[in-house]
Amino acid sequence: MMERAVENILGRYPNAKRENLIPILQEIQEREGYLSEGAIVKVGQRLKLPASKIFGVATFYNQFRFEPLGKYHIQVCRGTACHVLGSASVLEEIEKQLNVKAGKTTKDGLFSIEVVACIGACGLAPVISVNGEFHAKVTTDSIKEILDEYRNKAEEGEGHE
Amino acid sequence: MDFTIEVNNKKIEANKGETILTALNRNGIKVPTLCYMKDMFPTGSCRMCVVEVDGRKDLITACSEPVYEGMKIKTHSQRVIESRKMIVELLLSNHPDDCLYCERNRNCELQGLADLLNVNERRISGKKNNHKIDQSSSSIVRDQDKCILCGRCVRVCEEIEGVSAIDYINRGSKTVIGTAYNKGLNTSSCINCGQCIMVCPTGALHEKPHAPEIESALEDPEKTVVVQYAPAISVSIAEEFGLQAGKDMIGALNAALRKMGFNFVFDTSFTADLTIMEESAELIDRIQNGGKLPMLTSCCPAWVKYAEEFQMDMLENVSSCKSPQQMMGALIKSYFADKKEIDPKNIYSVSIMPCIAKKFEQQRDEMTHDGITDIDAVLTTRELVKMIRKYGIDLNNIEPEIADSPLGMRSSAGKMFGASGGVMEAAIRTAYYKLTGEELIHFRIPEVRGFEGRKEAKININGMELGVAVVSGLKNAAELMEEIRNGREDIHFIEVMACPGGCINGGGQIIGSDDEAVKARMMCLYDIDEKDSVKFSHKNPYILELYDKFLGVPLGHKSHELLHTSYQKREVML
Ligand code: SF4
Ligand code: FES
Repeated sequence: MMERAVENILGRYPNAKRENLIPILQEIQEREGYLSEGAIVKVGQRLKLPASKIFGVATFYNQFRFEPLGKYHIQVCRGTACHVLGSASVLEEIEKQLNVKAGKTTKDGLFSIEVVACIGACGLAPVISVNGEFHAKVTTDSIKEILDEYRNKAEEGEGHE
Repeated sequence: MDFTIEVNNKKIEANKGETILTALNRNGIKVPTLCYMKDMFPTGSCRMCVVEVDGRKDLITACSEPVYEGMKIKTHSQRVIESRKMIVELLLSNHPDDCLYCERNRNCELQGLADLLNVNERRISGKKNNHKIDQSSSSIVRDQDKCILCGRCVRVCEEIEGVSAIDYINRGSKTVIGTAYNKGLNTSSCINCGQCIMVCPTGALHEKPHAPEIESALEDPEKTVVVQYAPAISVSIAEEFGLQAGKDMIGALNAALRKMGFNFVFDTSFTADLTIMEESAELIDRIQNGGKLPMLTSCCPAWVKYAEEFQMDMLENVSSCKSPQQMMGALIKSYFADKKEIDPKNIYSVSIMPCIAKKFEQQRDEMTHDGITDIDAVLTTRELVKMIRKYGIDLNNIEPEIADSPLGMRSSAGKMFGASGGVMEAAIRTAYYKLTGEELIHFRIPEVRGFEGRKEAKININGMELGVAVVSGLKNAAELMEEIRNGREDIHFIEVMACPGGCINGGGQIIGSDDEAVKARMMCLYDIDEKDSVKFSHKNPYILELYDKFLGVPLGHKSHELLHTSYQKREVML
């Protein structure tokens, strides 16, 4: 499945060269939610670039993920307004509670964390969004509640699909 | 010389197009470097080599800046030295303080620079690195905490070996050197050539140690401990014992190994001769019976793994001969064990190699039969030197001895395996004899000698023109393979070595030897060839006896069972 998607994307770059690397990776991530090993190898074969090099380039930018998204994808806003109101400790607390770092997905596949620049909801700062649902004025205390809410949802079997 | 430049108020000569560093070095002025690699395009990234150039506000990197007529340079002004010192202090700020326990203690470039620049207090302390040590590889240990990101490993891996198993990942203060997905080296495309170890300035990269296990085996009364050493070993250790680089230490080495407690001492050059017997028979068979050509040599385990990953369509071209190390391993636990009536289970077989890929080769599935591994442990040249010292052996004061018979007797052709082109030369000598019934009078084949990354020759054998090529450094091999894929048909036999110049420059050799030392090793091998009376593998009487009494004929049943192997395609992240 992944292979087809990647093939399709590569198909749109018939004379793909090194300079197409970033746009190709972006498209793959858009489609798949992350850059899988298989995808990187495929891109490498086409562009004649070793996997280590592509991984190196991709990790240089914050935007790329290397694990599939969790069932609930948490975006933590690190824009200026949120920063001023303590988004750093919000992120830290989420990482602590889920025991994974930003950019990663929990072992059970339930949550993934992403750091984003301003998501345009400065009035709600500090704000996080979970699968697109905004949670306003998050505090380190309210994080547990928010996470539990999604854990319960998952148990009741009503995921985001 | 094209013009003069002024260095520290004195005129020196310089050539158009060369870098400041080249001009300085030629004129006996030393400027410290870190990221600079000889014969490679300078990156100018570490800034250790900075100098002051008249008319320029910033300090200039000598390794990357070209000279111009009338250029005025200061190489050791206070400003320059302070700047260099600051770089070292910054590099040390997050470096583990465990020099005393480090593999590279006293042979570390960072230590050397700190000493040179008089860094004697810690002015800057940063957060210490805390990475997991990567022990996953059979050959290499990676300790990233000691990595100073000079990038030299990344460059050899890509530019010399064409592998690119590793690269810079992440950015800023999080930058590390790692594999794709930052996984263990064992799952990467790494071919274990060890050239990254050779260029690493610190203790971030070193070989998987086997010495402790060997030391226990030497104490075990149940075990007969047998050792073999590769052709390049005896010419690669002299300088470590204060002698002239390239001096042949064979006699002292035999004696030292016995003093250390090895029960039998064999010479891998013997099975190099055996490899020649089998490989030349295979070549002739392929030529006469329409087999796959060109045939590719198989003695270099880094190359074999490279072929299994990157040249899968060429695997049928690779000779089925095991490497000399593995042929010796197989003979020790069969022929030798029978002869001495020792249960192979009680033989502990060690090999000493200028190579770390041999540690991988030894662990390949095909090299174990009925639960018995042909070779039990592999020591690098570096580990050997340490062990000799540890056992209190004075190589300068030791009565030379000869190796044990019969697996210790070689021709000089087998000895030449240590240098790029040596396998080819030995093979041609024997193939010529087999095809014509006569000995090659001009036994030297100068076209395949030397350090050139690619050498080619056409050999006339009774009217048949045999095309041969010798490549070292796998980037060179990949280029040649591409030519062959694109239809080149004039080459029948190719020798491939992963390390530039061959095993004398292997990834298990002494770190920090200069070009001259490596060259001296090569010259010594050719010198041995000049002086020896037996210059042909097929004239080695012990090889003839081995066929007569045990193996039968080359490519025969017994040979196939013991001396030949097969290869597998490998799925790794390329
Ligand atoms: S051992 Fe060779 S292939 Fe492996 S990382 Fe080092 S240079 Fe690259
Ligand atoms: S040696 Fe010149 S910049 Fe590193």
